[in-house]
Amino acid sequence: MANLAVKIGGLNLKNPVLTASGTFGYGEEFAPFIDLDRLGGYIIKGTTLNHREGNPYPRMVETPSGMLNAVGLQNKGVDYFINEIYPRIKDYKSELVVNVSGARVEDYVETARRLAEIDGINAIEVNISCPNVKEGGMAFGTTTTGAAEVTKAIRAVYPKTLIVKLSPNVTSIADIAKAVEAEGADSVSLINTLMGMSIDVERRRPHLSTITGGLSGPAVRPVAVRMVWQTAKAVKIPVIGLGGIMNGRDAIEFMLAGATAVEIGTANFIDPAVTMKVIDFMEEYCSRHGINDINDIVGCI
Amino acid sequence: MTLKSYNFVELNRKHHMKQVKDFTIVETQRYNDMYSRLRLRPADSAGLPENILPGQFVQVAVETPGVFLRRPISVNDVDYRSNTIDLLVRKAGKGTEALMNMAEGETVNVLLPLGNGFTTDMTCFKGRILLVGGGVGVAPLLYLGKVLRDAGHSPEFLLGARSERDLLQVEEFEKVGRVHLSTEDGSAGEKGLVTGNSAFSGELGMIYCCGPSPMMKAVAAIAREKGVACEVSLENMMACGLGACLCCVENTVKGNVCVCTEGPVFNIEMLNW
Repeated sequence: MANLAVKIGGLNLKNPVLTASGTFGYGEEFAPFIDLDRLGGYIIKGTTLNHREGNPYPRMVETPSGMLNAVGLQNKGVDYFINEIYPRIKDYKSELVVNVSGARVEDYVETARRLAEIDGINAIEVNISCPNVKEGGMAFGTTTTGAAEVTKAIRAVYPKTLIVKLSPNVTSIADIAKAVEAEGADSVSLINTLMGMSIDVERRRPHLSTITGGLSGPAVRPVAVRMVWQTAKAVKIPVIGLGGIMNGRDAIEFMLAGATAVEIGTANFIDPAVTMKVIDFMEEYCSRHGINDINDIVGCI
Repeated sequence: MTLKSYNFVELNRKHHMKQVKDFTIVETQRYNDMYSRLRLRPADSAGLPENILPGQFVQVAVETPGVFLRRPISVNDVDYRSNTIDLLVRKAGKGTEALMNMAEGETVNVLLPLGNGFTTDMTCFKGRILLVGGGVGVAPLLYLGKVLRDAGHSPEFLLGARSERDLLQVEEFEKVGRVHLSTEDGSAGEKGLVTGNSAFSGELGMIYCCGPSPMMKAVAAIAREKGVACEVSLENMMACGLGACLCCVENTVKGNVCVCTEGPVFNIEMLNW
């Protein structure tokens, strides 16, 4: 059996398969369908310093080969997560990564500081790319100086593995990646959703309450693969690839483009057991191609 | 007992094992060009999930071009003796159109059972039980009516539609309990909206309602006015059906909650209507 283990900063993942924040709840929602312990890791819903109600309904519309969402970081805040949710999920044997969002640099820093105190949480993924709230971080994620500023501030208080999730809504994602690498990020994950819009032509209204939303699903995959390829060539830290991965073949595509690990997102909504099938495919693929270590295929394009 | 002291949510929060399974379509009944009923049986030898509750729903994967997400469909009926589950499908778009046109013998992948059901423990309520349905919203009321009848109650149905041709499964409802009808054009039953139907006169113990949002809001207003307990079933747009995507939220007295996991059945006391 081939080695599927990969390393992201200080995280030793038993395989490259993670779940994307906001598509996997707190993991427990998927316990009826999969063995959570088999995942490389799971990244839980975007967490902010304080409780957020999120955006008004409607928050979702199906689009060609994908969907637009405008959830708006609904969550009960970091303290609720630590005290109420974490105790329920802490015993799963996969790496639990908390996605962190904020309105201001101080909010990111304070959230990261509180999470750093939790022994079982070895990494955070910092979201500087949410397109759905004004203060959702995309302001930080669309300029190299903004991205560098927030990364530097979090790095100062967060000694464990720091992943920064990048926005595709930029001219050069590789430049943003280089900026956060220079400030000490251990890894970058990309892509977050592409900002999009859809209109109900009969009612002459936007489908989403927020007018615009974030596009995910296989519709974005070629864009994501291209961005992962460009970024992986530009930085030395490991890249985590995501964007419309529906199956194992798609996941391998991201790894060939330069991703050391992948996140499965929207596909969880369609097949709650998809992550297990992706891991199975990786094993089968390695065996069929005579690959002893999956790290050998990373970035071979 | 006051309505507010009755903890509907806790009563409903039972844990059911959700599954993803292939089902074979063993029978289809096409009511007209808008509505079909599909009868499904597990494709494997295993039985249906235990304890599917009236008011719960399923997520069906529809494999047709242009359809990406699963389609949430409420459970119309369950028969554990014949190991079948019925879905009433209304053509609302590409996904449901492809689904209603599926043929006997074809296979569909279904995620089930999802959400919380209606409260069927009626020990707290005295009086007539009225199940009010509009359009395809009648779907969960058939199974609910059967469960209530089997528990020794006498459910009454009030079914509303634009005209007679849009009334669905009336004969099946008549086998379960007394049926009142309302049509907007007067082609069957009383003329007008369900809210004007004489079934609402007199004392009521409990109202269940499923249908278009304006109808449910109007029925909820009647229930409030009469001080009658009332549960409604919402059908907000959703992606996962598992409480993960947070897309189907309803603004309630507890803030935004997922219809797929906290509902789809809500006591009206929970809603900001």
